[in-house]
Amino acid sequence: MRLFRILLAHELRMLLVSPASYIAATLFLLVMGFVFAGILETFTAGPQEAAPAAVFFQLFWLPVFFMVPLLTMKSLAEERRLGTLETLLTTPVTTPEVVLAKFGAAYSLYLALWAATGGFFYILVRFGGQSQPIDLGPLLGGYLFIAVSGTLFVSLGILASSVTRNQAVAGILAFVLLLTLVIGTRFAGTLAVLKLDSLAGLRATVDYIQVFTHLEDFTRGVVDTRQVLYYLSGSALALILAILGVEAKQLHG
Amino acid sequence: MSAVPAILVRDLVKTYSGHPAVRGVSFAVSRGEIIGLLGPNGAGKSTTLRVLTGFLPATSGEVAVCGVDVAAAPGDVKNLIGYMPENNPLPDDMRVREYLHFRARLKGLTRRNLAPRLDEVVHLCDLGRVRDRIIGKLSKGYRQRVGIADAILAEPPVIIMDEPTIGLDPHQILAVRDLIAGLRGRMTVLISSHILPEIEATCDRVVIMNQGRVVAAGTPADLRQEWIGPAAYELELAGPLDALPALLAALHPTLGPAAPLAAAAPGEFTALRLVAAPDAPDLREALVNALAHDPRFRLRSLTRTRQTLEDVFLAATRPKAA
Repeated sequence: MRLFRILLAHELRMLLVSPASYIAATLFLLVMGFVFAGILETFTAGPQEAAPAAVFFQLFWLPVFFMVPLLTMKSLAEERRLGTLETLLTTPVTTPEVVLAKFGAAYSLYLALWAATGGFFYILVRFGGQSQPIDLGPLLGGYLFIAVSGTLFVSLGILASSVTRNQAVAGILAFVLLLTLVIGTRFAGTLAVLKLDSLAGLRATVDYIQVFTHLEDFTRGVVDTRQVLYYLSGSALALILAILGVEAKQLHG
Repeated sequence: MSAVPAILVRDLVKTYSGHPAVRGVSFAVSRGEIIGLLGPNGAGKSTTLRVLTGFLPATSGEVAVCGVDVAAAPGDVKNLIGYMPENNPLPDDMRVREYLHFRARLKGLTRRNLAPRLDEVVHLCDLGRVRDRIIGKLSKGYRQRVGIADAILAEPPVIIMDEPTIGLDPHQILAVRDLIAGLRGRMTVLISSHILPEIEATCDRVVIMNQGRVVAAGTPADLRQEWIGPAAYELELAGPLDALPALLAALHPTLGPAAPLAAAAPGEFTALRLVAAPDAPDLREALVNALAHDPRFRLRSLTRTRQTLEDVFLAATRPKAA
């Protein structure tokens, strides 16, 4: 535990002194700022059905696709390329501690960046001049969804970084994994094949892993423990595979 | 000296997906010794060192550090070893001070011991001037010293360094060699290299590996005895060379020219190389006396060839003739 704390502090520090983190953060806030401004414009044009927060979080995948690979691709791939993984693992630290520290640091930064978007809503409430304050329910639900689903997204990025020594390959692999998870399952849900009665079990599975359904539930205030469990167990699996990935590479050179 | 050897390797075998890198290596290092692991590229040196540090698991065989089995208790072994891998990997985006501090914390130095020990190591490795510089911008010599500083940081009983002087200029090699020699007696040091004078100057004992096996082990002097065949003499001589073999045979039965003698112009000096059996005594004085007292010969110079570890290395790692 002591070693994990040292490693986590080190990883956070390295992320915070790296220019790449600031570039990613600026781009992220810029994109989300434009999205938010766009949403406000449509809301001023006329009454809408959904709450602005719900629409805002509908676009969560946009930053996830580029942010998560950028934050995680360097983590293990770079250490392996430089060979510093060898110096690290010949000190008393264990592979799980190293992988979990990398995950912890990237996840913290991911959360911090999303938390910064809270400023948009604050500005809206503070300067919007509306008598009616913004609906808190979808907002909190949306942030909760981001926090819970983020564990799986970030750990998939770490997994991608653990299987290669090339940052670019890790980044692309993370992107593909996230794309499959978010868009791929949505596409699979629309397949006509799944409507067959004999594939009812498969259909239930595909419905269960629909990320967009989870988002809708969370923003409506429904926190389903099955969905939380899905993300937590999924990220645990991805991290275990990442640990095995690091160790397998050691075994076979 | 303790009865438990600092490093014990017995029948170590390591294969990479069926391809053998180390095939049955055994050696032992007692405490306080400085040992050189020699061998051509691909001989299995780095693999042996990596198994010793617990970074790679052995395929079979037994490896122990200070009596602790590496396979059974890898965590304990990591506390006993300071390791500098091949090419000395360092993070490029940290300052020397930050890096050493981080490494010291990882290696379990308490906050109280940390600052004085860091100062000591920085002083020992002469890193004072670059303490606040970013590692990525350091010269190779300084990077190497940062790596050595890291290896000795926690004062482990065993230091393992893979090619510590690769890519350094002669001044830096000398500095690193002094640094390693300064550890003698306090720590057990195992260094691998293919730079021979360096090993000969620093190491108490040498283990030579080739193609995954130990081909020779012992002190540099022992190895010379074992691997260098006949003692050799080089001389410059003028006179009737065909009369020479008889004269030499009178001095020692095995003494004779290394190559067939060619006839030289009378009165001109020729360079000759003579060889004798390894167990023959030093024949320099006898040779000088015999040749000087013989009116037919004129002797200009005579030396006994000093055999270096290089000759041992070449002899021990020579590819076997088919």
